[in-house]
Formats: sequence, C-alpha cells, structure tokens
Amino acid sequence: MSDISADQVRHLADLARIDLSDAELTSLTAELAQIVESVAKVSEVATPDVPATSHPIPMTNVFREDVEVPGLTVEQALSGAPDREGDFFRVPPILGEEA
Amino acid sequence: MSDLTRLTASALAEKLASGEVSSVQATQAHLDRIAAVDGDVHAFLHVASEDALTTATVVDGRRAAGEKLGPLAGVPIAIKDVLCTYDMPSTAGSKILEGWVPPYDATVVRKLREADLVPLGKTNMDEFAMGSSTEHSAYGPTHNPWDLDRIPGGSGGGSAAAVAAFEAPLALGSDTGGSIRQPAAVTGSVGVKPTYGGVSRYGAIALASSLDQVGPVTRSVLDAALLHDVIVGHDRFDSTSLTQQWPSMADAARAGLKDDALKGVRVGVVKEISGSGEGFQAGVKQRFDETVQLLTAAGAEVIEVSAPSFEYAVSAYYLILPAEASSNLARFDSVRFGLRVSPESGPVTSERVMSATRDAGFGAEVKRRIILGTYALSAGYYDAYYGSAQKVRTLIQRDFSAAFEKADVLISPAAPTTAFRLGEKIDDPLAMYLNDITTIPANLAGVPGLALPVGLAPEDGLPVGLQIMAPARQDARLYTIGAALERLLEAGWGHPLSSLAPVLAEATFASEEGAA
Repeated sequence: MSDISADQVRHLADLARIDLSDAELTSLTAELAQIVESVAKVSEVATPDVPATSHPIPMTNVFREDVEVPGLTVEQALSGAPDREGDFFRVPPILGEEA
Repeated sequence: MSDLTRLTASALAEKLASGEVSSVQATQAHLDRIAAVDGDVHAFLHVASEDALTTATVVDGRRAAGEKLGPLAGVPIAIKDVLCTYDMPSTAGSKILEGWVPPYDATVVRKLREADLVPLGKTNMDEFAMGSSTEHSAYGPTHNPWDLDRIPGGSGGGSAAAVAAFEAPLALGSDTGGSIRQPAAVTGSVGVKPTYGGVSRYGAIALASSLDQVGPVTRSVLDAALLHDVIVGHDRFDSTSLTQQWPSMADAARAGLKDDALKGVRVGVVKEISGSGEGFQAGVKQRFDETVQLLTAAGAEVIEVSAPSFEYAVSAYYLILPAEASSNLARFDSVRFGLRVSPESGPVTSERVMSATRDAGFGAEVKRRIILGTYALSAGYYDAYYGSAQKVRTLIQRDFSAAFEKADVLISPAAPTTAFRLGEKIDDPLAMYLNDITTIPANLAGVPGLALPVGLAPEDGLPVGLQIMAPARQDARLYTIGAALERLLEAGWGHPLSSLAPVLAEATFASEEGAA
C-alpha cells in the first residue's frame, strides 16, 4: 500500500499549498515511499479490538467563565501582517481569472 | 571573582540572594561568554544584551530595596525560539517567520519574567522543532560544545548547547518526541519533559498538539526542578492544561540528596529500549549497565519490564506527528504574519501566493512532514495510517500502565548513540527518525521523562544520557531519583560531568547585539 507516484505527491502538495520544484517532487516521491513503507507496520498490531487514543490525558468540556476578557488590540493583531489596509489584513485577489 | 558562568543556577542564586554577586555581574558574565564562544557554537539566534542588562539592573535594585524575590530571581536564562517573546524575534528556526516579533509572550515566558529571571536571548532549533540534530534550522546548525564537528541533538540543540557551553545556566526547551531529552543526552546536560498538560503551551509555536510539552534544560537536576517550579501549573489559555496542584519539584530534588533516597525504589529497565537492540552504541549500553549496577548498589530494586508495543512507537509517531503538524502549519498562510512571496509567473491570487510563500519559507524536512501528514490524513488512507497509529498509542499506554504496576520509575538510555557528526544523517530521514527511539514512547503516553548524564562513552569520549520515566503527574519522582543518582555519580567522578567538557576557544572581540 506504499506505492506513491509523483502525481500523487503533486496532488498532496497542492492540497497542502506548497509549490514544489521538479527536483523536490522527485526526491520527495522516493522518500515518502520509503517512509510510508516503514511506518505502515503500525497496521500489524492495530487490530479492531484496540480503541484509538487521540490524546494522552483525556479531558472533556474545558469551559471558562462566560465573561469578557481583553484580547489583542487591532494594532497588535496587525503588527506582523505582510500587508494591511487600515484596520484590515490586505490579501491578493481570492478568486482566480476563471471565477 | 570566580567564573560565574561555571556555577549551577542554584549556586548562582545563592550568591545573588546573599549579595555576593549582582544580577548585572552574572548577566554580563554570560553575555561575555556568548560573545566569546557562540561564533563557534551558534546556540543563539538572537542575543538581547541591552534588555538583559536592563532587567538585571531592575532586579538588583529591587533586591537592594529589601524586596523578597523568588529563588531564581536575577539568574540568566536562554529561551528556545519556538516560544513567543514580545520583545525578541520568534522564528521557530524557520525562514517563514524571519524577524517576526509576536504581540504577546508565551505563558512560560511570562512566568519567567514574573519570577525575575533574566532572558538572554533565543536559541537555535530544527525548523518548527522537526529534527534530531538542529541541522534543519534555516539559520544554520548549532555545534556540540563537546566536539564542534558534531550535532548537539535536536530539535532543541541550541538550548542544550547554550547550557553545556556555559553560555547560560538555564534554558527552556520543548519536547514533542525527545527534543529536550535527546539534546540533553548528547551534550551532557539535564533535560525534562513534564507530564503532558503540566506546563502551558500557550505561545509555544505548535508542532504536534497532542505531544508537545515545554520543559527545563540545565546542568543539574536541582536546577531543572527549580525551573520546573517556575513554569508549572494551570493556564486558562491552554485547554489541555491540567488543573491539579503540583508539589515543589525543588523539594523533591532535595529529598533525593538524602542518604538512602534510592533504598527500596523499584526501578524498571525497559527491555525493548535498554540498549541491546540494533542501533544502540556499545559505549551507551556500557554506561547504562554501569548505572543499573550503581542503582542496585544503592539499594534500588532493579527489575526488567517488557513493553512490546514500543517497537511500533517510532512508526506511530511519524504518522501522528506529521498529521498534526500538517494541520498546525496551515496557519502559515502569508496573510496574518511572516513571509509573503508572489509566484514568479501567472496570476497573483491568494492561493498561489500562499503556495509560493510556503515553498520559499519552509525547508525540506518541513515540506516532507507536511506532505506525509497530508497523505496520512487523506480519505482512503486515514484508517490504515492515522487510525492505526492512534491504536498503537493505546497499546503503548497499556504497556506503561503494566510496567508502572511493577516499578516506580522506568529507565533506558536517553539516546541510542552519542553525538554523531554534522551531515552524517541529514540525507537519510529514516535514520534521523530513529534517534528518538527511546524518547518517543513517553510523548505518545503523556508521561514525564528526565535525561541526565551518566558518563562518557569509552569509544569516543562523548556524553551518554540516562532517561528516567515516571507515571503521568508523578514528575516529582523523577527529580528525587534523578538527584539521588546524580549525587552518586558525581561522588564517584569527584565533579559534575559538565566540568569535563573541552575548553572552547574564546573570540577576542565582542560581537554586536543580536549578531552573536
């Protein structure tokens, strides 16, 4: 189940929003196949009777008092933004030409 | 005046409290040391000389005015660059956050400041804490003070090297699969991963949220305990934070300095990671076995325990971690903070800018793990990979539960080998991943672990670390047993292991602030 193609890696990179060069694509395809083959051994012991653990120390419903607490100011929130306009984050067009 | 940089934090704190030494003197001594050796070691990404001296001056003034200060007041500390600091850049070792100054402090940093410690600067790390050698830092590797051609471990190689090179008596690290304990092992220092949820992660740039913990990096067990006491406790900004009251770790460490502290303690040697398997260096195994003998001679009841599922821990970890990391790192979207890069050609849309930014801003290991995580979470593969890894996690927790029925603490080597050479494993991701074979199980189960030096490997003269693990919430036990063992070892050696570290060449010129 560890056959991974370059097309598949390109699709994964698109999903993860990372442009990859052809050289990166080639090396990643080989490395991923090797890593996935190695880690696939988890399925040897992951039998249906074993419950999954998502969190080492289970907790449920962590609530706080429903009272207002100060958050970041607008200036603080925008302090690291690559671009801004007034009190807003400024971004390139969301929709491409085809939209 | 004797060299203040050679003192443990607790010894320095005593001199500060008695007025024998000022915080300005102590801080200046460490800044001078950084200026002298960090050109070679490269433990720091940023040095805040001026702010550190200002903080130290304020602490000295308050002490002179008769104010009652905390036990580590005035002691300098280095901070891993994964932790947000409002007055210093916080890059997590990545180009995508180059120069970013967060608008707030991580809770642990706020606690340091409230306890009047003196932040010296930010330490180097593998990018987003992905690595075991600090070679994956976008800002160049850190060098091991024991041998500058070797790795200092990772991801927190900068914090471990800073402490081992006497550039700081204390440092903060973060540990997702061993990033505090493995660097401690290969640099001859002490590092602790607390119980999951024991220390707040608010303001720690997230890698894998079900595994990450912040903890102390020091040159003695008592120092780690003192720092643990500063950062421990519930934080409403971290919803995984445990609400219980914690005992004083420093008191626990001091309890270990009493005679007979090890008498009757049940110590379990974890068979699967005790050094006999493939990948363990002979000198590591030898020092580990000698430590077992020392514990036995001191009255501990050493038994062997088996944890058969540990064999699957590394595999489970390299599914869970990438899956969580691929989700956490989605926040680097070129909109709210960090780098923005436009595509070289074609339409400039937000989506294409995001992809170009992440290509330019992320290094090879980060890309590798994000794509692996995206794969593990894909429809059709989720159950086979991520789902199975979560089941392995249950099995590992069961192994720990069974082992802790027979033993009060478990031990293993803290790392399978001593420090390897820079470049040796950088092109072999799988070989690199196996460096954390001994430390990963504790993260998967959420239990605390402590690494401390137990000697030098005969074949290469490099430090060997022991790992002690305790049940969840029993961090204090690590400090009692760790301090007791450290005392026995140092009595045998006649000195702390760190005093054997080779003398580093000192540069004769002072470096500029921030350029160290």
